[in-house]
Amino acid sequence: MPRYGMVIDLNKCNQCEACITACKLENNVQIVSKENAEMGRAMFWMKMLDTNYEGSYPDVRAENVPALCMQCDEPSCIKVCPVRATFKRDDGIVAQIYPQCIGCRYCMANCPYTAKVFNWFKDEQPVENEKCNNIDVSVRPKGVVEKCTFCIHRLQIAKEKAKAEKREIREEDYQPACAEVCASKAIYFGDLDDPHSKVSKAMHDYRKFTLQEDLGTKPKVYYLSAKSE
Amino acid sequence: MNGHQFVDEDEVLFKPIYETSKSFYALAAVLIAVFLFGVVMYIRQFMFGLGETGMNEPVTWGFYIISFVFFIGISHAGTLISAILRLSKAEWRRPITRMAEVITGIVLLIGGIHPIIDLGRPDRILHIFERGRLQSPLLWDMTSITAYFTASTIYLYLPLIPDIALLRDRGGKFHKLYEILSWGYQGTERQKHVLEKAINILMVMVIPIAISVHTVISWIFSMTLQPGWHSTIFGPYFVVGAIFSGIAALIIVMIIFRKVFHFEDYLKNIHFNYLGTLLLVMSLLWFYFTFAEYLTTFYGHEPPEMRVFLYKFIGGYAPFFWAMVACNFIIPVIFLSNKKLKTIPGILISSIAVVIGMWLERLIIVVPSLANPRLPYPTGIYVPSLTEISLLAAATSAFILGFMGFSKLFPLISIWEIKEGREESVKMVSERLNEYLPSKGHIRKEMI
Repeated sequence: MPRYGMVIDLNKCNQCEACITACKLENNVQIVSKENAEMGRAMFWMKMLDTNYEGSYPDVRAENVPALCMQCDEPSCIKVCPVRATFKRDDGIVAQIYPQCIGCRYCMANCPYTAKVFNWFKDEQPVENEKCNNIDVSVRPKGVVEKCTFCIHRLQIAKEKAKAEKREIREEDYQPACAEVCASKAIYFGDLDDPHSKVSKAMHDYRKFTLQEDLGTKPKVYYLSAKSE
Repeated sequence: MNGHQFVDEDEVLFKPIYETSKSFYALAAVLIAVFLFGVVMYIRQFMFGLGETGMNEPVTWGFYIISFVFFIGISHAGTLISAILRLSKAEWRRPITRMAEVITGIVLLIGGIHPIIDLGRPDRILHIFERGRLQSPLLWDMTSITAYFTASTIYLYLPLIPDIALLRDRGGKFHKLYEILSWGYQGTERQKHVLEKAINILMVMVIPIAISVHTVISWIFSMTLQPGWHSTIFGPYFVVGAIFSGIAALIIVMIIFRKVFHFEDYLKNIHFNYLGTLLLVMSLLWFYFTFAEYLTTFYGHEPPEMRVFLYKFIGGYAPFFWAMVACNFIIPVIFLSNKKLKTIPGILISSIAVVIGMWLERLIIVVPSLANPRLPYPTGIYVPSLTEISLLAAATSAFILGFMGFSKLFPLISIWEIKEGREESVKMVSERLNEYLPSKGHIRKEMI
């Protein structure tokens, strides 16, 4: 069984935010109205954490961290869910079951990465936008919690395809939208347990770190620090 | 003393059931209007989604969870205080227990509904039964609240039976209802014995259940990794706060009904004096827990914890935090530790302050932790919407309406317990007192 994970090289990331846009389009993440966005209800499965600036003008170096669901090995969100609407699959992906969620938002309160978003309203987008929806991903109803799933629908498709072609699933068959779209190739994705995969090679770097390591949630999204010694 | 004379003696306790003033209907109409407005706002929320509230990301819990914790806290007034007073054979409990138990029953219903109001998908509430995970603190919570509700309504109902029998014997309105509810109680020796035994069993059972309820509610918060919530003393801290707010609510209810229904003969200064002392003790205990909680946070000085700490002490929530300290500690201590100020109006002022202060405490616990998440995420600002405010108003008016309804059906002061106190306890207490004292019993007896 593979164990999917991600490495984001912050040295390569040029903060173009293409991953965020790709994620939003790929997963039919709702576009909320301006008023709601100002209230703090904008929905992103992937977002940029607040920028850190190092140095003083003119030698400024901005450090930006693109953050998504950390797909923890010890997820604190699934511990508190009263109805098993979120759970960890055998391949390590923390999945959501939208029709099961009762919308208590306990998982959101317990996520140390604030990675989850809630559908405060029914779909507010203009009807024409429906034509642009990705047909592989269900549109979530109001009142449920959602989050990044490592584009799990792509894994489904890749598996079916590999099965039809009677072969094993290859690394390039299954890449989430953010990794695929990254222009500077800063995002590596694949099987962490496979020593030959790009992601596990990228992981062997002294710059490797995870967010909130001390909490013991064991994230499967690793970062490579932008600082070089 | 036969039954008939006795009924006349306590006629003032029956009066609210048979006589209803115009102002009662006026007040009821206003409260029902407020309640119905809340219902309409909830239906709107149900149709359009939780976006109707002021909640956002990261402040995903707001007024509803605050009200939930607050109302369940108030419920501790009742059953716990009445059970402890009964258990410790405190004779001054007699006119108090009934009102305390009624508070519990009504407030538990109101508080218990709040998590459902807070759900994004209330239509899927049955999923909790179908595929509930017992590992989730929400499930523990549901279990303990339903257990507490069951136990406390039975505990309210059992001591009510002899009074219902009295009402049945008087005839008149709701005769059929009283006949069914009194289960043919005639006050025979055997019936009295069975009733007493049942009450005794329940009052011992109710205490651990009541404590478990608020401990489990605190665990909803302390089982998470949120800074400011992940604390081991939350269990006892919440229980103390619950009993504290419960006593305050009980005192307010007692003073109001004393005034409205002229219970001055039953609820005397001494009752308020004792309850005031109890409130003072709880206030000091509450301050001790609060101090311990924040001092350890401050000394640990962990950055995420400190962000929440500073948000409460000098940041956006500082006005609420210091108002809470004033309401929960400074005002009650000033009024209750000073003999000149410890009058009924003084006790009323400090009780109202405590109820407001405990509501603020729940606000201080729920919102700042969520508003300051661990990651440098844009911190949230929470402003409640009209929906949330009107639902809080609706919950409050439901509480008052519940009490008003109860006062029109059943006596607010346990008549048979007052009677028992008059007839038997005086003798029993003097005998008990003799047991406590060193021997020379015969001389003492003569003195009494």
